[in-house]
Amino acid sequence: MDIDLSILLASVLAGAAPIVFAAVGETLSEKAGVINLSLDGSILLSAMVAFAAAYSTGSLVLGFFAGAAAGGMVAAMLGVFSIYLNISQVAVGFVLTLTARDLAYFLGNPFSRLYGPQASPRPLDVLKDIPFVGQVFFSHSLPVYASMVLVLCAWYYMYKTPMGLVLRGVGENPRASFARGIDPRRVQMLYTVLGGLFVGVAGAAFSLCTKPGWGRPQGAEGTGWIALAIVIFGGWHPVRAALGAYLFSFLQVMGIHLQDVFPSVPAQVFQVAPFPLMIFTLLLTNTTRGKAAYPSGRRPSPGARFLNALTGAPPASLGRSFRPE
Amino acid sequence: MNRLFKGAPPRAALMTLAVLLLTVLLTVAAGAPPFGALRHLILGSVGSWIKFSHVLMVWIPLALCACGLLFTFRMDLWNIGVEGQVVAGAVGATAVLRLAGGGSPPGLWVALAFLAGAAGGAFWASLAGVLKTKGNVNEIFAGLGLNFVAQAVTLWLIFGPWKRPGIASMSGTEPFEPDLWLPTLPGLRISPVGLVLAVGALVSTWWILRRTRLGLALKAIGRNRTASFLHGLSPARYTLAAMALAGGFAGIAGTFQVAGVYHRLIPAISSNYGYLALLVVMLSGFKAGPVPAIALFFACLNVGSIQLPMVLRIDSSLSGVIQGVFVLAFLFVQAWTRRKKSAVKEGHGH
Amino acid sequence: MKIALREIHKHYGALRANDGITMDIREGTVHGILGENGAGKSTLMKILSGYVSSTSGETLINGKPVRFTGPSHATSMGIGMLYQDPLDFPSMTVLENYLTGLTGKISLGREHHSRSLLDSAKKFGFAFDLHAPVSALTVGERQQLEILRLLALGIEVLILDEPTTGISSGQKKLLFDALKSLARQGTSILLVSHKLEDVMALCDRATVLRLGKVTGELDSPFDAEVLLKWMFGSAPPPPSCRQSRYGRERAVLKDVSASGGRAGLEGCSVSLHEGEIVGLAGLEGSGQGVFLRVAAGLSPPRSGRLSLDGQDMTRQDYHAFQKRGVTFLPTARLEEGLIPGLTITEHFAIQGPKSLMVPWTLARDAAAGGISRYRIAGTPGSPVDALSGGNQQRLLLALMPADPRLLLLEQPTRGLDLESARWVWEQLTALASLGSCIVFTSSELEEIVEYAERVLVFFDGRIVLETRTCDTSLEALGTAVAGRTDTLTGGRAA
Repeated sequence: MDIDLSILLASVLAGAAPIVFAAVGETLSEKAGVINLSLDGSILLSAMVAFAAAYSTGSLVLGFFAGAAAGGMVAAMLGVFSIYLNISQVAVGFVLTLTARDLAYFLGNPFSRLYGPQASPRPLDVLKDIPFVGQVFFSHSLPVYASMVLVLCAWYYMYKTPMGLVLRGVGENPRASFARGIDPRRVQMLYTVLGGLFVGVAGAAFSLCTKPGWGRPQGAEGTGWIALAIVIFGGWHPVRAALGAYLFSFLQVMGIHLQDVFPSVPAQVFQVAPFPLMIFTLLLTNTTRGKAAYPSGRRPSPGARFLNALTGAPPASLGRSFRPE
Repeated sequence: MNRLFKGAPPRAALMTLAVLLLTVLLTVAAGAPPFGALRHLILGSVGSWIKFSHVLMVWIPLALCACGLLFTFRMDLWNIGVEGQVVAGAVGATAVLRLAGGGSPPGLWVALAFLAGAAGGAFWASLAGVLKTKGNVNEIFAGLGLNFVAQAVTLWLIFGPWKRPGIASMSGTEPFEPDLWLPTLPGLRISPVGLVLAVGALVSTWWILRRTRLGLALKAIGRNRTASFLHGLSPARYTLAAMALAGGFAGIAGTFQVAGVYHRLIPAISSNYGYLALLVVMLSGFKAGPVPAIALFFACLNVGSIQLPMVLRIDSSLSGVIQGVFVLAFLFVQAWTRRKKSAVKEGHGH
Repeated sequence: MKIALREIHKHYGALRANDGITMDIREGTVHGILGENGAGKSTLMKILSGYVSSTSGETLINGKPVRFTGPSHATSMGIGMLYQDPLDFPSMTVLENYLTGLTGKISLGREHHSRSLLDSAKKFGFAFDLHAPVSALTVGERQQLEILRLLALGIEVLILDEPTTGISSGQKKLLFDALKSLARQGTSILLVSHKLEDVMALCDRATVLRLGKVTGELDSPFDAEVLLKWMFGSAPPPPSCRQSRYGRERAVLKDVSASGGRAGLEGCSVSLHEGEIVGLAGLEGSGQGVFLRVAAGLSPPRSGRLSLDGQDMTRQDYHAFQKRGVTFLPTARLEEGLIPGLTITEHFAIQGPKSLMVPWTLARDAAAGGISRYRIAGTPGSPVDALSGGNQQRLLLALMPADPRLLLLEQPTRGLDLESARWVWEQLTALASLGSCIVFTSSELEEIVEYAERVLVFFDGRIVLETRTCDTSLEALGTAVAGRTDTLTGGRAA
């Protein structure tokens, strides 16, 4: 097995970039209490829009903006329907994911299999020469750098600024936020759309950087669902979600390499791995929390409560719309 | 003006008009003649008996899945795992059909395949059900995860143990002998067995929901879990029952795809009918009555759009867009009238 | 800051929660608001703190009328409220809870705010670990944090709604010292409470509410008798003692502790007999609700043992209890007792024998029978959410199994008119005479005195009084309910 570790890790980081964007964006949205099931379709739609815009104008920057806008608009629709019209977030999100995907395939047809602009690698001058670390971190294209910076910014924003407190407060207890003069619905709408913008960037990162071009299939299919899983797996924390994204990307990369070593083990095993992991995490967080869906009334054991503290809790108001009295 | 918009029929008409307008706009945006897409969608689905028989072949698995989902929606469960349940049923049916050898009557094997398919789907659904009742894992994520696992298992089987002799390919497993295929009517490609199954499923679903204790219990638990528990019903047990039923119907749909449509196991064996069935049930307001008609309408859209790439050079996913927009419009109208009603109540209230 | 309330009315449909309340609150005083459940205290304070708007009447601050648009508006004008259920963020840290809504938009100002929080905490004798999650704090500590936060927002009037339920006596002392100190510095304190002892110890002035109206106002030092009379009204003479016809023991609870509500349940031991009617008295959250649910098998006890007819049932769930003849009727009829959207017939159908098909004819007959027997204003096909509250209660009784051995009722006549209530009791007493054991909670002492043979008074999670109703009086019960167990005539203190 002949692998250069630094190249491997670099490709893990690069491949994970779109997922990082999507996972961090969705973390923001869910932290405020809104779950955006339309991720998968949204990513495809914004990938298409980004590619179409970049191809038609020749400008990568415009492509990214267009992609972000597409993601933002889908999320805005979700926000209006669920926050202001009180329709179930799950229902709207699910329909949107299918519709956005179909819309992407339909409108993107003319742009299939075309060769368009791609983000090129921009190694950072001095830093790229640092042995090993330089190859891994500092020889990427701009979108990949942006994804890494985003994680840190999101973490800082959520945990070190007043706006971050407002965000977390609304997701945790909208009623208490209301009593403190915050408008929970406006906050939720803001972060739903903001999350959508980042999801849009994720789509653009696919068609303009990681898996360039457009087609049916594009290659980004399924990423949205995986991002949703990663948000839960990461305990609604941006840094942990990013780590989850890197882990997934690592599994994907390893899948390709290990294919040669274990030809009998199918590549699908590695592609599918995040989901059983996520279900396992959900199991862990739920059984240790001791909150039964059906009346059985047993309190969690001390060991279970310890595990519960480790894994992190969902925002208490996730999925439910706030209704002012 | 308000009087004009009262009641369901005017609302439905308005919705349809809006969606038609959107279709025309999209068609033009894709560079095709404005009413061309609509024309071809209609011609391509009901333009001839052969075309319509194709529609029915899509309607059968779609209606089967929708029946199963009626049970889970009754209890307010989002059984997104229905896709994986269709696949699990298909895998089970394929496993049985592969064992069929010469000699024993093929009809028996096909019947066994349907049983295996139902069992496979029910089993797959029960996995999600147990994760929910024992582990409190949301059925959406459990179902989603299991969808991916089912897909991976299928791919592994097609490229691994069940691969075609010679070269493994995306075209699936070795096709079955024709005597294991579901019989079709002469001339048309429609399978009477499939029709009987679908109609039977619709009728029995309606009957179970309306007439049996199970149906009443599902309705009660879906409306008020606490009160139902106090009245002696066990929500956990009924959750598992509803999931198993949904999985069973989905599994039968999967078997139909294998035995009646593709005659082998292919990677995309479910043709996305699971997800589409969710849309069908949402658009029918979670009631059994409108399901056959809406499923037929969606099937027409699916089949009608197949030829769009060839005649108009636009992508066939236009049908998906139309279907999705209909559901969104429906949700919007529902919410809007709900708002109007509660505003009136508050205005006249105390 | 002088606060005045003039002719405050708050109507919820036909219910008059506040019926023309006028009062003044002087600066720098601790003013108590006393009253039973349903007297209107919480509603009045919600109006004053901006959470709810009044139907009519005026609120005046320093002589000028104000109308609040929400609780944060009231806070910005200087009125802050400490709610019974803490409105905070359990997963966030102490410091973060303090900062949310307090800081400017740009910078958190951690250093500055941490210091001021710790300083003001020290002034009152509070102690906090700034980085601990609020979920790890006790109720008392959460209150302390909230008080400091409101003070930091610059409030001059602090309203506390039942603050001493569920906190330790040490924390109560800290709280009271803090409140006295604040009053001395000019903050007005409003203490809403049902606990006579607390009001008498802390307040300079007390206003008593009953049924939405002000029944009296007193300055300290207080006469407990007068306050009690204003709270509970004057008493009819107690019924004469009946001969005890207790059958054998039906259910025994031994040293049962459970969690739930604010105060939980601590070390209760009770035995219930065939044919007796037991009333559970106490103000909401004192533990009688938890007791009822533990006795029904709906909530598992933390410790202690529970047995039915001699059989240990401690770890079993409600369905096992149901099989042994226990029936629980919740007070929230539409939320917990009935299934909205289903008809009367369908409710009967669910209870029927476990057959494949719904026994529609049987169910319809049972529904018609129940309707006529219990005189429900509806038809078998009526959906239950269309019935009035009284009829829903009749339906709940009609749905009961024919021969309940132990019947546990949460507030059986809540929201019912007099005639319906009397009728309900006719049925219940008939059941008792046939051998059923009836246990019920009620917030109306008159009801308990009139119908129950035995009464258990709960306070802060314990049974403070257990006596036969004929051996006691309304005043004595009222006193026990309000927490004073030292001056009781007759009856034994548990």
